[in-house]
Amino acid sequence: MSGIPHDHYEPKANWEKGLAKRLPIVGLIYDTIMIPTPKNLNWMWIWGIVLTFCLVMQIITGVILVMHYTPHVDMAFASVEHIMRNVNGGWAIRYIHQNGASLFFVAVYLHIFRGLYYGSYKAPREITWIIGMLIYVLMMGTAFMGYVLPWGQMSFWGATVITGLFGAIPFIGEGIQTWLLGGPAVDNATLNRFLSLHYLLPFVILGMVVLHIWAFHTTGNNNPTGVEVRRTSKKEAEADTLPFWPYFVIKDLFALAVILVAFFAIVGFMPNYLGHPDNYIEANPMVTPAHIVPEWYFLPFYAVLRAFDSEVWIVIFFNFISGGIIDAAFFGVVAMFGAIVVMALAPWLDTSSVRSGRYRPMFKWWFWLFIVNFFVLMWVGARPAEGIYPYIALIGSAYWFAYFLVILPLLGVIEKPLPQPATIEEDFNAHYGKDDGTGGSSAAAPTPAE
Amino acid sequence: MAHVENGSETRRNFLYIATAGFGTVTAGAAVWPLVDQMNPSADVQAASQIRVDVSDVPVGTQLTVLFLGKPVFIRHRTEEEIADARSVDVADLTIDAMSRNENNPDTDASDENRSMTDFSGNNTGEWLLMEGVCTHLGCVPIGEGAGDFGGWFCPCHGSHYDTSGRIRRGPAPENLPIPLAEFVDETTILLG
Repeated sequence: MSGIPHDHYEPKANWEKGLAKRLPIVGLIYDTIMIPTPKNLNWMWIWGIVLTFCLVMQIITGVILVMHYTPHVDMAFASVEHIMRNVNGGWAIRYIHQNGASLFFVAVYLHIFRGLYYGSYKAPREITWIIGMLIYVLMMGTAFMGYVLPWGQMSFWGATVITGLFGAIPFIGEGIQTWLLGGPAVDNATLNRFLSLHYLLPFVILGMVVLHIWAFHTTGNNNPTGVEVRRTSKKEAEADTLPFWPYFVIKDLFALAVILVAFFAIVGFMPNYLGHPDNYIEANPMVTPAHIVPEWYFLPFYAVLRAFDSEVWIVIFFNFISGGIIDAAFFGVVAMFGAIVVMALAPWLDTSSVRSGRYRPMFKWWFWLFIVNFFVLMWVGARPAEGIYPYIALIGSAYWFAYFLVILPLLGVIEKPLPQPATIEEDFNAHYGKDDGTGGSSAAAPTPAE
Repeated sequence: MAHVENGSETRRNFLYIATAGFGTVTAGAAVWPLVDQMNPSADVQAASQIRVDVSDVPVGTQLTVLFLGKPVFIRHRTEEEIADARSVDVADLTIDAMSRNENNPDTDASDENRSMTDFSGNNTGEWLLMEGVCTHLGCVPIGEGAGDFGGWFCPCHGSHYDTSGRIRRGPAPENLPIPLAEFVDETTILLG
């Protein structure tokens, strides 16, 4: 795999040869975990392992929770309390699952921002990026449906608001919304299908993760310089890379251990910090909570959704030219989904031939502004939609779209990039000094880090 | 020879198209039940009519009943609220100037087209009945004179409705919808 010259698995014992002839699974696993990996990867390259760990942890704890949960509007809320109070260790499993979703999104956002800064989405890794974006959308769907299952007030009203997004589509929206809900409003039919899909989608994600890994194992990893691994000879390739096992696995597991210390501190000492007290009130279709807020990981997009009301000129303009078909609600929905679509299109919107933001002096500023803007949107998404907040949300949304649709295409034309190192080896040696001259693959080489 | 080849080519093409066509129809017929099962089931559809006794609803209060999984507001309006609602010029209803009343389809949003006709056939404006579901994203607006127009206010995204349930400010695109409803005696409303 990866087109980088390296040693392949050679079956030695007779049973190994026999197995390889019939099912070459050992070779497949060997080539996957021994993939030559650029040796200058920094600490932003740990999130893949963290994400894989999160997916497995959520599937295991989720399968356990379903053993004790009852998907019925009269019993769901009580069955969650049953898990918390009666099931042996149930409180821990549920709190891990609940906060695991947050860890999952922390990791995925850092993973995405890593890709945006170091240009990991650029050719030839567009497919990896697109699959990653699909995984991210599936994650959001899964997390949303999971949040409905405890059948608290936020569950119910979150479900009402989010399925209402589909109702805002002109002409066919109402039919789609009824079809999604299985009735005129969120009710038992909705709860049952959400459990079914919440159980299904993680396995779809698992399949997509295999494709995601397959894709970047075919192109090879990106790295902080954005310079490709040399493939001209095995010796040069070995000077640029180290095998994934054990070098990067150990590094990633160390990072995972540090992250899990923080994670279990939250699970143990402040498990409801990221939740909403309203979700400990059973769902009531007659009363809307005074302030509906989605989970923190949806807030930036929620802010985009709310930013476009009927007084914004672009909404008035589209309302006018569409003869009233595109109203403020539909425009907001299109903007919210559009915010993800433009991010997925980054490989084709970014015109710069330089991958890494490290060598792009102007891009750096716009990128960090993008990150700041992400947090501003997250903050404003949690505020009530009145006073100055809608204006901040509007400016933030405008920057989000401008970053992808204007800044990335223009920078490639007007920016003068800094000189890049010729090889990964050169970059590595500049950071850590020359090694013992055995080509960089000796066990004495320092652990890659930055 | 060429003629025969052309002939068989055409027949083969026909077979391809016919097979693909039948295959598509069969696949569609097989998939449709799998999609349609998610639509409202028979018992959900059956619960589509209820009777509401409004004899105990004093002036200036609102009865909220659950109908088809959604709250329905039945407001016994005060003289002031009626006067307020009826003094509004339809031309000032810039967001939505339609009545959105299934009992009076395709009429303008003047209060006379939205308030309920009582059992004797008079429309005094005393009763206003509508779905308590914000037309933005489906939250339940707060009543009891909330909002800048003295009617209802949706806490989710800040939509203000007036005393006739008409959208006046905020992201909601339409007036609160009015379902089919009529007085079947002096104090009973049949919904649906």
